[in-house]
Amino acid sequence: MGATTVTALGAKKPLWTRLPIISHYRMSAGLQRGMLVAGLVLSVVFVLAAALAPVLAPFGFAQISDADGQFPTQAAPGGKFIWGTTVGGFDVFSRTLWGAQTALLVIIIAVIASIFLGVFLGLVSGYLGGWLDRILVVLADAIYAFPSLLLAIVMSIVITGGQSDLWGGILAAAISITVVFIPQYFRVIRAETVRLKAEPFVESAKVVGASTWRIMFKHVFRNATRTLPLIFTLNASEALLTLAGLGFLGFGIEPTKAAEWGYDLNRALSDATSGIWWTGVFPGAAIVLTVLGLTLVGESMNDLADPRLRMRRKSRRRGGKATA
Amino acid sequence: MVITTEPADEPSAPLSPITAPTKAGGSFARYLVTRFLLIFPTIFILVTLVFFLMRVTGDPITAALGGRLTPDQLAERIAAAGYDRPVLVQYLEYLGQVFTGNFGRTLSDNRAVSEVLTTYGSATAELAFNSLVIALLIGIPFGLVSAKLRDRWPDAILRVFAILCYATPVFFAGLLLKLIFGVWLGWLPIAGRAGINAELALTSLQNPSGIFLLDALRSGNMAAASDVIEHAVLPAVALGLLTAGVFLRLVRTNVIGTLGRDYVEAGRSRGVSEYRLLTKHAYRPALIPIITVMGLQIALLLGGAVLTETTFEWKGLGFMLAQYLTARDFVAVQGIVVLLAVIVAVTNFIVDIIAALIDPRVRF
Repeated sequence: MGATTVTALGAKKPLWTRLPIISHYRMSAGLQRGMLVAGLVLSVVFVLAAALAPVLAPFGFAQISDADGQFPTQAAPGGKFIWGTTVGGFDVFSRTLWGAQTALLVIIIAVIASIFLGVFLGLVSGYLGGWLDRILVVLADAIYAFPSLLLAIVMSIVITGGQSDLWGGILAAAISITVVFIPQYFRVIRAETVRLKAEPFVESAKVVGASTWRIMFKHVFRNATRTLPLIFTLNASEALLTLAGLGFLGFGIEPTKAAEWGYDLNRALSDATSGIWWTGVFPGAAIVLTVLGLTLVGESMNDLADPRLRMRRKSRRRGGKATA
Repeated sequence: MVITTEPADEPSAPLSPITAPTKAGGSFARYLVTRFLLIFPTIFILVTLVFFLMRVTGDPITAALGGRLTPDQLAERIAAAGYDRPVLVQYLEYLGQVFTGNFGRTLSDNRAVSEVLTTYGSATAELAFNSLVIALLIGIPFGLVSAKLRDRWPDAILRVFAILCYATPVFFAGLLLKLIFGVWLGWLPIAGRAGINAELALTSLQNPSGIFLLDALRSGNMAAASDVIEHAVLPAVALGLLTAGVFLRLVRTNVIGTLGRDYVEAGRSRGVSEYRLLTKHAYRPALIPIITVMGLQIALLLGGAVLTETTFEWKGLGFMLAQYLTARDFVAVQGIVVLLAVIVAVTNFIVDIIAALIDPRVRF
């Protein structure tokens, strides 16, 4: 274990082949490569839609009229409104694109915040041990066992008391999601840290006289965080689902301040009863495809990192670069 | 600084979601007791967490009635309810109340929260049970097929299906099911737990269990029973698909693991049929992680139930939670959240005990 870790870090391969996604791609074959590529394509489309929403969207997310007058309500797809309009007169296509932007912002803030806090707490707790460790573990386990959506609702009440404007809403959603996810990072990193603490390289660092903090954040950190890209992609999709759930229950961002897929789906529920499908199907499909893309990337990375699950390319020996 | 690690302290044991007792070599009874005692800190932490988080924002009365009353009236109501006392006093009082099953009264419709919980809890239990059945019916057979045909095209399709199950929010799955089977095909009803007639008949029964199907069967009302089943299908499928994907993947991974073991090979060489190898030899030992994860799924299921119930106007705890959230009735919200936390903690306990009964190695 420890030996492969050290050689993998010191391997003399060009840097770009060691980057997470690229190294995974080079390792993959057949069906697994197909799933990885499909996931990457979907994820890239999502990020592009989010980044280019101001350019691509024909209308604003809260726009209900233009030079020609009021937009029609519940207009079927076609003509000026290629995906139709909602009961409030919003253009479904524009709102779906703008929704990608909201989703991306929330995902980025939530995942980065929970990685930072979760990794920090996991390292400290796992390396130092003692009573702090015990308290944190019990706390993390209690939160982990709790329905994440309910916790997010409670956090959202705490932060905003309900609905709010664009940045307030995005931050509230992101922080609510962060609280839910910290225990997951914490558990993974702590378990790794506890294992690594007993490795010879930590002991030798100690003998050389490295300080506790240096060992923690240089030696252990580097080795304990190799699984992070995987958790990152899996949690990004969970963050998106939690955001949509919050929005669906009306605990998201006000519709005039930003577009949010979950909220749009809530509005679309009553439309569905009368057979109006376009208001719900498009934002819903956007959620599904984005989560699908992120999950496919995460899953493929998981399988590729595990030699037992990795598919081998036929008639070509792979080097002993097993990073389990 | 202590360098050595105690292996018993490793949190990597995936079998117990709660920290496992550290001493090795205990008897089953001892494990049962320690594991049971561990429920209380979990519930205690969650109750404390929820209480203080909800109280950070201010008192529930201002939140619920803020705009509608004059400041004087508001202060009067707050004093009457005791929300002007120090938070710590309120907290201790709340703990005592929760311990005796008293969750206070709702602010928006002035009912006892415990009454709300018992009235609507059965509907949520019914939904959760139905969807668990659907999830197992889909997840286990397909997982076995996927493991057997590993890396061939049926496996690829099933795996993408499993990810799709997870990727689809229950409310979107519900919306699609409503559109297709309710509106376009007109096969199934799209909202509620029963039609008007059946609901009237069932709620007027003497001491009903609240689980409609059970009540209908008990009173011999077959028309009501079929009506109840028709209403139950779509919500159960919407919520069941969410967990079906998890089960499918779990069965697949674990059965792939056991299929590669020597004893399976030995069975094959003795002439045991491939079908029997798959469904008995490889499947049985793969069951333990499945049961454990089933416990963890309860949390996901209850979270999903909140969304499913809102989608299908299924009048259970989740539906009421959404209502009380909109009404800013935080006393009711707190009660429902605490109850759900207790349910999750107790289910995890039961699951751990079942896992320990099946596999003695689990007992720490």
